[in-house]
Amino acid sequence: MSEVKYSTIELMACVAARILEDRKSVFVGTGLPMIAAMLAQRTHAPNLLIVFEAGGIGPQIPVLPISVGDSRTFYRAVAASSMHDVMMLAQAGWIDYGFLGAAQIDMYGNINTTVIGPWEKPKVRLPGSGGANDVGSLCNRTIILMRQDARRFVERVNYITTPGYLTGPGAREKAGLPEGSGPYRVITQLGVYGFDEETKRMKLLSVHPGVTIDDIKVNSQFEILIPEEISTTEPPTKEELKILHEIDPTGIVLRK
Amino acid sequence: MEILDEGEGELLAWYDPDEHRKWIAKKPRDLIDKRMTIKEAVSKFVHDGDYIAMGGFGHIRVSMATIYEIIRQKKRNLTMAGKTAVHDSDILIAAGCVSKIEVAYAFGHELRGLSPASRRVVETGKCKVVSEWSNAAFQWRFLAAAMGLPFIPTRVLLGTDTFKKSSAKVVKDPFSGKPICLVPACFPDVVFMHVHRCDIYGNAQIDGIIVEDFELARAAKRLIITTEEIIDHEKIREEPWKTVIPYFLVDAVVEVPFGAHPCNMPYLYYFDEEHIGEWLRLSKTEEGVQEYLDKYVYGVETFEEYLELVGGIKKLNYLRRLEKLREKLYAPWIGGSLNE
Repeated sequence: MSEVKYSTIELMACVAARILEDRKSVFVGTGLPMIAAMLAQRTHAPNLLIVFEAGGIGPQIPVLPISVGDSRTFYRAVAASSMHDVMMLAQAGWIDYGFLGAAQIDMYGNINTTVIGPWEKPKVRLPGSGGANDVGSLCNRTIILMRQDARRFVERVNYITTPGYLTGPGAREKAGLPEGSGPYRVITQLGVYGFDEETKRMKLLSVHPGVTIDDIKVNSQFEILIPEEISTTEPPTKEELKILHEIDPTGIVLRK
Repeated sequence: MEILDEGEGELLAWYDPDEHRKWIAKKPRDLIDKRMTIKEAVSKFVHDGDYIAMGGFGHIRVSMATIYEIIRQKKRNLTMAGKTAVHDSDILIAAGCVSKIEVAYAFGHELRGLSPASRRVVETGKCKVVSEWSNAAFQWRFLAAAMGLPFIPTRVLLGTDTFKKSSAKVVKDPFSGKPICLVPACFPDVVFMHVHRCDIYGNAQIDGIIVEDFELARAAKRLIITTEEIIDHEKIREEPWKTVIPYFLVDAVVEVPFGAHPCNMPYLYYFDEEHIGEWLRLSKTEEGVQEYLDKYVYGVETFEEYLELVGGIKKLNYLRRLEKLREKLYAPWIGGSLNE
């Protein structure tokens, strides 16, 4: 078997795409999530319903959009609607998957994209929630795509922008968030994580090729649950890589 | 209703719905020719200290002609609705017009990276973030206002610091008994919206996604429409289902072709990445911000002059072809850092 060469970002796009199921709906954000959803549509999930927060519903995306509201997000769509429309659909339970990015995450999948340092006197001011809190509150399952290191996988996030499992089992429901919703997968440059059914804590599902358990541990402040059996992430296929570069020929996302 | 939790953010642009009805009672219901120049519209309707909100989304269908004019007229101490505020808020904050902002999304340019200028202003405390929201929560505040209600119940913000820094409240829902988040109505003092076409009275049509402009137009105390073109009133009556904003909501109509540049106007022209790139490059320093404003804002009298300066008909034709997928995208930031 010949070795297929790929980058971390390509691997992450493929892993994210494979999680998305055919005949399900997904809320998509800028960058990697868009690429992943487009890849899924062009491989195993042709009937994946893509929804954008600004109002694009079911587009046939011609080229990679730059913004979640740009005209490519409702190109040949079934509807060019409104934010109220798609957000209320999400609140009613129509959206199965949602993507999130994160500057920081904790073991319960709580996410910070607002501020590094104290909120009153920020060291770094980040853009804030945008649609993230909505996605994390209202979609059935969220998939988090982010870089992993000990400054990002933290014991406590500086600020909870978007809810994960909050303080643990039952906390989402107690806060009034929709039953059964919450973080589903975390995909980083090192591995893929899920959340333990019982404790709602982040647990390792697979390590990417060439990554050790030690790499996983060193790059997190909190203890990640490590099961006895751990698989290795399937690398991208030649076909997947070909499609990825058709989706993003100029490397807007893939070259980053 | 039992209040379970209260956000500590500053409550802004909220009125008792009865008070707002008194405001609406004074508004004319008759067809009035509302055409004026952008200079007149900004000088007449924007006051120092006003709460302002822009239509569109991020870099899409934003009334940039207005933004430049607000800067040119040196409006000060504005409070901005940071509802997916991207290029508009970045430039306004950098120019010193904004002293407070409510944030759902700001200080970022999506894929293009973070905003150097407005982050600098916020991190040094010259512009204060007074509350945090999510995109859905913010637009539901406009929906509440549009409906003439004091608040609207939602299932977002719950359990997070985004809630703590908002001016929302969590109560026990009297029907289900579960906690539910009430977001307060938001009635902005003045809203600017760029549309594809409208008549001289303000009956406006938007092509493509409406984003939250349906709600925002109805929440605004004053609404200024900038438009790609003014069409005959009869055209509106021939296809009335296309009217997103009826005339009585509108205070002024300003015809500004390419008025969203460098933003994307769906079906007409795409982002001018070269220009956005220039802003992102220059705005890394205070001097750069000044250089940009001197050249593109203070240095021009009219929007036509500005369009000449950014590349004239050649550039505008390129952006039109790009929108119709007949050109390759050129963006100086491609290969830059992804940080959102």
